[in-house]
Amino acid sequence: MRYLPHTQEDIKQMLQVVGAKDLDGLFASIPDDCRRKEAMNLPEPLTEWELNRHMDQLAAAMGAAPTHKVFMGAGSYHHYIPEITRQLLLRGELFTAYTPYQPEISQGTLQTIYEYQTLVCRLLGMDVANASMYDGASGLAEAMLMTIRVRRRKKVAVSRAIHPLYRKVVQTYFAPTGFEVVELPVGKDGRTDLSTLKDLGELAGVALQSPNFFGCIEDLTAAGKIIHADSKTLFVVAFSEPLAYGMLNSPGVCGADIACGEGQSMGIPQSFGGPGLGMFAARQQYLRTMPGRLIGKTVDRDGKTGFVLTLATREQHIRREKATSNICSNQGLCATASTMYMAALGGTGIRQLSRLNRDRAEYLKASLAKAGYASPFSAPTFNEFVVRFPGGFEDTWERLLEKKIVAGLHLSPYYPELSDCWLLCVTETIDKADIDMLVKEVAK
Amino acid sequence: MKERMGTTGLIFNEPLLWEKGSFGRIGISLPKRDVDEAPLDKQLVGDGPDFPDLSELDVVRHFTKLSQWNFGVDSGMYPLGSCTMKYNPKTNERQASLPGFAGAHPLLPERLSQGILSLMFELQDLLGEITGLPAVTLQPAAGSHGELTGMLIFAAYHKHQGKPRSKVLIPDTAHGTNPASAALCGFKAVAVQSGPNGVLVPEAVAALMDEDTAGIMITNPNTLGLFEDNIRQVADIVHKKGGLVYGDGANMNAVMGIVNVGEVGVDVLHLNLHKTFSTPHGGGGPGAGPVCVTPQLEAFLPVPRIVKEKERYRLDDNYPLSVGKVHAFYGNVGILIRAYSYIRSVGKHLKEVSQYAVLNANYIKQRLKDVYHLPYDRPCMHECVFTDKHQQAHHVATLDIAKRLMDHGFHPPTIYFPLVVSGAIMIEPTESESKETLDLFIDAMRQIAQEAETCPDCLHESPQYPKVRRLDETLAARKPCLKG
Repeated sequence: MRYLPHTQEDIKQMLQVVGAKDLDGLFASIPDDCRRKEAMNLPEPLTEWELNRHMDQLAAAMGAAPTHKVFMGAGSYHHYIPEITRQLLLRGELFTAYTPYQPEISQGTLQTIYEYQTLVCRLLGMDVANASMYDGASGLAEAMLMTIRVRRRKKVAVSRAIHPLYRKVVQTYFAPTGFEVVELPVGKDGRTDLSTLKDLGELAGVALQSPNFFGCIEDLTAAGKIIHADSKTLFVVAFSEPLAYGMLNSPGVCGADIACGEGQSMGIPQSFGGPGLGMFAARQQYLRTMPGRLIGKTVDRDGKTGFVLTLATREQHIRREKATSNICSNQGLCATASTMYMAALGGTGIRQLSRLNRDRAEYLKASLAKAGYASPFSAPTFNEFVVRFPGGFEDTWERLLEKKIVAGLHLSPYYPELSDCWLLCVTETIDKADIDMLVKEVAK
Repeated sequence: MKERMGTTGLIFNEPLLWEKGSFGRIGISLPKRDVDEAPLDKQLVGDGPDFPDLSELDVVRHFTKLSQWNFGVDSGMYPLGSCTMKYNPKTNERQASLPGFAGAHPLLPERLSQGILSLMFELQDLLGEITGLPAVTLQPAAGSHGELTGMLIFAAYHKHQGKPRSKVLIPDTAHGTNPASAALCGFKAVAVQSGPNGVLVPEAVAALMDEDTAGIMITNPNTLGLFEDNIRQVADIVHKKGGLVYGDGANMNAVMGIVNVGEVGVDVLHLNLHKTFSTPHGGGGPGAGPVCVTPQLEAFLPVPRIVKEKERYRLDDNYPLSVGKVHAFYGNVGILIRAYSYIRSVGKHLKEVSQYAVLNANYIKQRLKDVYHLPYDRPCMHECVFTDKHQQAHHVATLDIAKRLMDHGFHPPTIYFPLVVSGAIMIEPTESESKETLDLFIDAMRQIAQEAETCPDCLHESPQYPKVRRLDETLAARKPCLKG
């Protein structure tokens, strides 16, 4: 086995030093009644070439971009990833390093994550960002728990226009705690209806997603004012498509206290939903109640600038059960990928790319409307939107699938009241010709 | 004597990203604009983020230079205790980046996802076989996420029994994530003191276990690198009071094919695929923390579950007792692909992996114990724990020893953990290291022990070779500067 360097001679010499008769003798401290009697029933090892063939076959049994035209977003977006991101990420010094506990020989990771924190703050308009959470969903759950820690209240509210799977994760995290999560309704325009907010009592935090699950851009500035009518309630802005902030007002500009969401769009492959990137940022005054690792700038003995893990007294390895979260391993490499991607994109690039995503999606929206398929919602959208199709669209959808076109996500399992609606997404990977083809097929 | 591995070479200073570039540059190829610009309510539109504008080569050089300041398993031996820094096979990267996997949308219809679903189903089976706990979820994104899932299962199980419980027993040698995960589920963490041999004594558990205690969390082998040889008795005590036993599988690399974890009384176990199963740590993650349970607890696992029917796979949410979802989709699937590739490549040799990991640790322990203090002098598993007791006489501490190792070209071991050992130096070589590399490491450690006597200041002033010297962590925490 090529991963195991031990020769018979090595083993013999080493056993002699250790004083064990054979390899089995190394495990003498394990009582007999704890020893596994039967061998593990594992397959014969595959050579590198056999593995390639086997994995090629499995991967071929997938219907993925680019062989399929996928007009589906809903929390996972197909964006182009430049080759430099893929290759730079494979630099073994970054790729095979552990958490940077020894800063002198981890400055590469540390400066990268410091840059990540900075770019995330700039993207979201926030003061402090952590080094990442697992994904958009667990990030939101941790944000809502954080509002409870900050405000010492027992109830939070989340919009029903937040990704349904994120809300499920929030429910899971809250289930054993005794704290309450209430849901805010969606208005006719596709935005969150905050008119019932004042009847909900003392809330530690209120979360909206923008663009929300329906692709609608929430009026965050107005929402923030309503939510902050109770000065003790924290305003949490979630997102699943951070590219939108290349052109929209950032959560920070709109008054958010915490901004958290999924960063997969920023240079990370979809990979069937993971690994993604939980982006998490907050205002300065909440720094010490934030979950997750933080990298800070400092100096070495000679006064030279360097970076270290810092404020660890919030974290589990120091505070144990009193920590702000149990998170240890995060999504470091995904944060690294997103830093490379955001650097390649730059300010000029992200503005253009963000616009192109919206403009192409708007083109599809307008083309479908012209063909008689309108959106039930009037609020402006970014790169995805809801369309109402007449009865029988399921068949059309199946027919399109045969042609390797995935015509959006049926909303029926998530929102029974929208059972005749589909959520469609257009990114820069779908061009005008693809859109024209989809509209033509749908109208057939 | 052989030449010391550590040396200096030409590395470069590199400014922060936003100190480079020039407005209007771009490092990415943008598709051509083929549609008109659509108007949008001006009140919603912002300026866009203040990102620096860089060319493609600017970005390439930036991260290449940064990578040269880092040390990874690809650079050299990384004996970080408790972290299992084994070789991360290159072929795994090829497999995870196959377009069929990397480009897969998680909400595709099942008939377009058969490849990945069958891989995940088979990985569950393999992990079930390795641990002896046959019901497996792959959803948790990291070890502590697995612990959280395990604690959610504890809570759901006792609730289903009709009597929620409020406490969880946790040995004082445990990783900090254990009490933090228990607390996140509303449990009170009760510390159990380990016995004089560094392992749990059944009497200590019996004295604390009651019918308001949901169970116990045990890391086995424990963080001292010792096998908890009373595990069966401890499990019996806990089970008799209606409790459950949680196994922290962070140290599974020591016992594959040696111990059937399910058989010794563990009910719930998480694995760290980024430790035992060779997936890269990536400077902090992503990992994956699958949870394996007994058939009796299967109903509580997160949804969706993967179901196999007549050679077809589908995702099923209909498990009313499930703890729910812990990840938006199905976990860190890209990491699962790498771990699967590793297990299929190593196959039945996995037992040798554990044997060589334990052989390597015992070899180091034996060859260093005359110069470094060994608090528990008994056969260890995959890691061994020394202290700085002998070196303290010369005012040399664990930190100095660790920093000096860098000058020799090695990553330091885990230091000052476990907390129950003062000045701990926790060494986990893994099976990846050859005898020659171990000998070089041992030579370096022995030289450092000698230096502690002859030139303590050489150690206080180390490291000398890396890009930066010891950093002021107090300043970083007192005046936090977290962005530029």
